[in-house]
Amino acid sequence: MNKLLGTETVKRGMAQMQKGGVIMDVVNAEQAKIAEASGAVAVMALERVPSDIRAAGGVARMADPRIVEEVMNAVTIPVMAKARIGHIVEARVLEAMGVDYIDESEVLTPADEEFHILKSEYTVPFVCGCRDLGEAARRIGEGASMLRTKGEPGTGNIVEAVRHMRKVQAQIRKVTLMSDDELMTEAKNLGAPYEILREIKKNGKLPVVNFAAGGIATPADAALMMELGSDGVFVGSGIFKSENPEKFANAIVQATTHYTDYDLIGRLSQELGSAMKGIDISKLSAEERMQERGW
Amino acid sequence: MYTIGVLSLQGAVSEHINQINQLGAKGIQIKHPEQLSEIDGLIIPGGESTAIKKLIDRYDFLTPIREFSKANKPIFGTCAGMVLLAKNLLDSEDSHLMLMDITVKRNAFGRQKESFETSLHVYGIENEIPAVFIRAPIIIEAGEDVEILAKIDNHIVAAKQDHLLVTSFHPELTEDSSLLQLFLEMIATSKKLTV
Repeated sequence: MNKLLGTETVKRGMAQMQKGGVIMDVVNAEQAKIAEASGAVAVMALERVPSDIRAAGGVARMADPRIVEEVMNAVTIPVMAKARIGHIVEARVLEAMGVDYIDESEVLTPADEEFHILKSEYTVPFVCGCRDLGEAARRIGEGASMLRTKGEPGTGNIVEAVRHMRKVQAQIRKVTLMSDDELMTEAKNLGAPYEILREIKKNGKLPVVNFAAGGIATPADAALMMELGSDGVFVGSGIFKSENPEKFANAIVQATTHYTDYDLIGRLSQELGSAMKGIDISKLSAEERMQERGW
Repeated sequence: MYTIGVLSLQGAVSEHINQINQLGAKGIQIKHPEQLSEIDGLIIPGGESTAIKKLIDRYDFLTPIREFSKANKPIFGTCAGMVLLAKNLLDSEDSHLMLMDITVKRNAFGRQKESFETSLHVYGIENEIPAVFIRAPIIIEAGEDVEILAKIDNHIVAAKQDHLLVTSFHPELTEDSSLLQLFLEMIATSKKLTV
């Protein structure tokens, strides 16, 4: 029998199994267990959550492999980890460790200011951030098996994730309605690989799942992103920077599953304690905005 | 026309619904237990079994799904669905719906980098079918009443017990709908028995 490892179907399929779920940032085994117990579909093992990365400054790199391993040993759900944009070796190290998904992430300091990783070369699947359809299509072209909005990580402010999700959805609708002879120019304007744009036009949707990330701080934020067409959500700093992480994690999972059940979301939002303190994006300087990283 | 519900708490729901609709049946999302009375068969999709289990408990699906099964209405579990339907799980007290007389080992092939696709002969289906295994479980023990439908490296990866069907792999991620066809036949049989 011929077993094919790391095929497109296997890598994209892994992300499809995460749909409707919440992926939570964790920095140790204890947090990973709380996330799993609350019903998270995966955890992202990190050294620091994005809001702490912001506060710490300096160069943010791949997490200490000991932390990643500790998290992998603590839970049975899939474990993701972040590599710097363009950092081929960090990605290979995480792959060798057996991480289930790699996030080539703008939350870390980029290692390459020109090129992203050629993700099609790896057995492990990758998720990448995008702000518009051109960026989404370029990442798919490089072999990303899953996308997420970039949002503005570590801010607890949903405005950028909303902007990015709406933009991608609107551009998909536009492309879908275009005539065939307009498509090449649109590909040029978006900076999108033509073949991938053609596939998106034909199917009326992206060929990979697209989650929301970067600023989700409350159950209502998670439900909002689902309502806007996200396939699921990543919650970074939002959970373990809140007053009561267990309650928060539970409430965000439920709000994601039942995102149109407003009674339920109202009830879930009661007595949660305070959410993480947010940041007004307009107060961030250009260098402080993580979403500008990657191209 | 049969109506097939897909348990829509988390996981690959739309893929199943598309395949159901393509075969001319009606696929609906099941988000609340009372919807079970509207359907002829239930699919428990792939996803994260621990997450789906929590949501089954939280939204009181456990007893209604067991009653659905007691009424001999067919249930099809793919991957996580197989884990949830199993009577026993290896090295775990977390067995859940406990409807099918099988012992299941979760993540039996290893982590995601060991996930694979292959083609597979399934008993009762003429041609080999494409099979996608993602952090897949296997059946390590099956009771007398369980009919083994497919094996890989001597591990059971598809099985049937009366009105229950399970696969370790994901037919909904491929163009092949022969397993869904088999499930539709099981629904037809159960309808004849209950009339």
